[in-house]
Amino acid sequence: MGRNAARLAAVAAFLVTLGACGGSPAPAAQTDVGITSNSILLGTTNALSGPAAAYGTIANAENAYFTYINGQGGVNGRKITFKIYDDAYNPAQTVPLTKQLVEQDQVFATFSGLGTQDQTSVRDYLNSKKVPQLFVATGATTFNKDFSSNPWTLGWQPPYQGESRIYAKDILQNHPNAKIGVLYQNDDYGQDYLKGLTDGLGASASLIVDKESFDVTAASPAAQLAKLKAANADTVFLFATPKPAVQSLVIITALHWTPTIYLNSVSNPQIYMAAAKKNGAALANVTSVSYIKDPTDPQWASDSGMQQYKTIIASCSTCKPDDGFNIYGVAVAYTMVDVLKQAGTNMTRKNVMDIAANRLNETNPFLLPGIKVKTASSDHFAIMQEQVITWNGTGWTLQGSIIDERGTLK
Amino acid sequence: MLQRIRGAPPRYWLVGVVVLFFVGFPTVISSFLASEWAQALILAIAIMGLNILVGYSGQLSLGHGAFMALGAYTSAILAHHFKMDIVATIPIAGLLTGLVGFVFGIPALRLSALYLALATFALAVVTPSLIKRPAGLTGGVQGIILTQPDPPGFAQSAYGFLTGTAMTSDQWIYYICLFCALILFWFAWNLVRHRPGRAMRAIRDGEVAAAASGVNIAGYKTLAFGISAFYAGIAGALFALATGFVSPDTFPVSLSIQLLVGAVVGGLASIPGPLLGAIFAYFLPIESSQWVPSQSWIPDQIASTVKNAGPAVTYGAVLILIMIFAPNGIVGLVYRGYVALNRRLRGAADRETGQMPPNPQTV
Repeated sequence: MGRNAARLAAVAAFLVTLGACGGSPAPAAQTDVGITSNSILLGTTNALSGPAAAYGTIANAENAYFTYINGQGGVNGRKITFKIYDDAYNPAQTVPLTKQLVEQDQVFATFSGLGTQDQTSVRDYLNSKKVPQLFVATGATTFNKDFSSNPWTLGWQPPYQGESRIYAKDILQNHPNAKIGVLYQNDDYGQDYLKGLTDGLGASASLIVDKESFDVTAASPAAQLAKLKAANADTVFLFATPKPAVQSLVIITALHWTPTIYLNSVSNPQIYMAAAKKNGAALANVTSVSYIKDPTDPQWASDSGMQQYKTIIASCSTCKPDDGFNIYGVAVAYTMVDVLKQAGTNMTRKNVMDIAANRLNETNPFLLPGIKVKTASSDHFAIMQEQVITWNGTGWTLQGSIIDERGTLK
Repeated sequence: MLQRIRGAPPRYWLVGVVVLFFVGFPTVISSFLASEWAQALILAIAIMGLNILVGYSGQLSLGHGAFMALGAYTSAILAHHFKMDIVATIPIAGLLTGLVGFVFGIPALRLSALYLALATFALAVVTPSLIKRPAGLTGGVQGIILTQPDPPGFAQSAYGFLTGTAMTSDQWIYYICLFCALILFWFAWNLVRHRPGRAMRAIRDGEVAAAASGVNIAGYKTLAFGISAFYAGIAGALFALATGFVSPDTFPVSLSIQLLVGAVVGGLASIPGPLLGAIFAYFLPIESSQWVPSQSWIPDQIASTVKNAGPAVTYGAVLILIMIFAPNGIVGLVYRGYVALNRRLRGAADRETGQMPPNPQTV
């Protein structure tokens, strides 16, 4: 026993000494973390598993685009390495994984992190570390609107409020006597949409005869839709993520109800429309908006941007080319590469952030013709144009021309 | 004194080594790794609480994530709305959660094992929705963002003296978690060796027999629930501190399952079990989801399945293996190995045969 104890004491003493002498070596002074003469390191967190795993393919599509660019020689001679971590859509996992990207992997920037709560959970951290949190994959208006207080964070896609303002415009122009019923998801996402609609209708907000909310965890929004029908609404807005949106489309038909339906763009990819149709939804009079080319739309078959997309996505074995999320990933990665190319020899985080927030002016081959990805020192919303689309039974038809909402959100 | 130290049983020395290891650890690893280990320690505290309930008193809970959420939100609300020092909110969060757990324990008493599991599971399911309701208080779905405290002067200078580098707030949070974990493990160790611990085990092993021996069944069952919730509350408050952000999605149902898996894998009704279980439950999903895709020999299809199903697959596989080969968890396995080794070394006649066998371990 005595010998044992002595041995253990020796081990303990050794550990303490180890503790005393250790200390993590400070990283060598580097003006641009994550940049070497031949590489650029970017990182992301996405929902590869968990309740929102359908989004996970976005990260893979982005990686496919970076691989494509690397194959062409990279960005000014530097190849992009892209680290993807799975946070399962849980903010509690986003925090340590983002810390891992920043402190252990030493990324130059985080790019296209997914989810409103998830990206909110690391916004303060990334801003305090002055690490760019570029082009977050969420349309929550705050990510562009609050740029002045979070100068290292920027969104990319059209903000939800901008989208519902376009619906408001469409209502005022084409259905000025509509009786509107709104079904919205009771979270920041649904509320963001609702606010945009109410603001956009302005003095005509009284057109809204009823609004009902549901929890995303609820089994089905059937009761709320029945209430909207009972309130005699003839136009219904669905501000819901894909699963409840598909359910709603089915329930509306089951209620023998034929209102004009406005469906938020998050839930309009073809796969969801097909799912609704398969379960019995009539899908008559469905309107939505789009800003991105639909890979299933035959009118883009010979479009050079679409052909480029098909080549790029073919290198990702798990990506389905028809999935709208993949062309989203490729399009946002295009903007990222554009920013890095513009930075040229001045590859500092500050300069990259400055270009992204103030000096962006690009025509993205994967977005609808006429849409510009543009920022200025007075306006940090990158994409503020969308086009109204209607469902023709088998696909979406573009209606009218592009509607510009630039300047309406400050 | 020296005689006492020399005469101490080897496991006391082991405890000393483990404590020294955890104290010295952040000085040799990066600040980021320290923040990961802080999370593991937090999980260990919550699992210790669950272990008191499940392992020692024999009641099953699938809803400890909800108690963690309560602790986290108590701490976050006090710090955010009432501008309290976040470190000072930790004991308050623990006590409040303990009280709620105690009250929850009263109706829970009337439920037998399976129904109690369902009731607590319901609690875990409903919690994220409940949090969203009083949006003014809880921040609704946006959650509450907390500023992580800078290390105080004394810690700064002590750390600087030892390592020569500045202490980061992640490292400071690690030491706060370690401090809480030490106190709570010491408390649990005392609890289970004394009257309440014996009473709880008696209830677990035979309620009728325990009642016949004069054990206050209702009292000890609710007490176990209260203490267990207290641990979860402290863990929740530390979780809020370490993550710097609380939101409804932070406490999914899977968190409660993760805690139970940790408790079972570590070894129920043991003191070191929760620590080992927490290290397992925290690092396994992270490592497996990052390791599997990096291995080129694993076929693409399998790798992507594992990646898409996330930690659930690895959890399931490891859990099945552990249930087959080590039904008493890691601690049970180590103990069995130790006994076998002792026998081999000292010959068939085991000198320690006079010792009581370890507690039978049940769920």
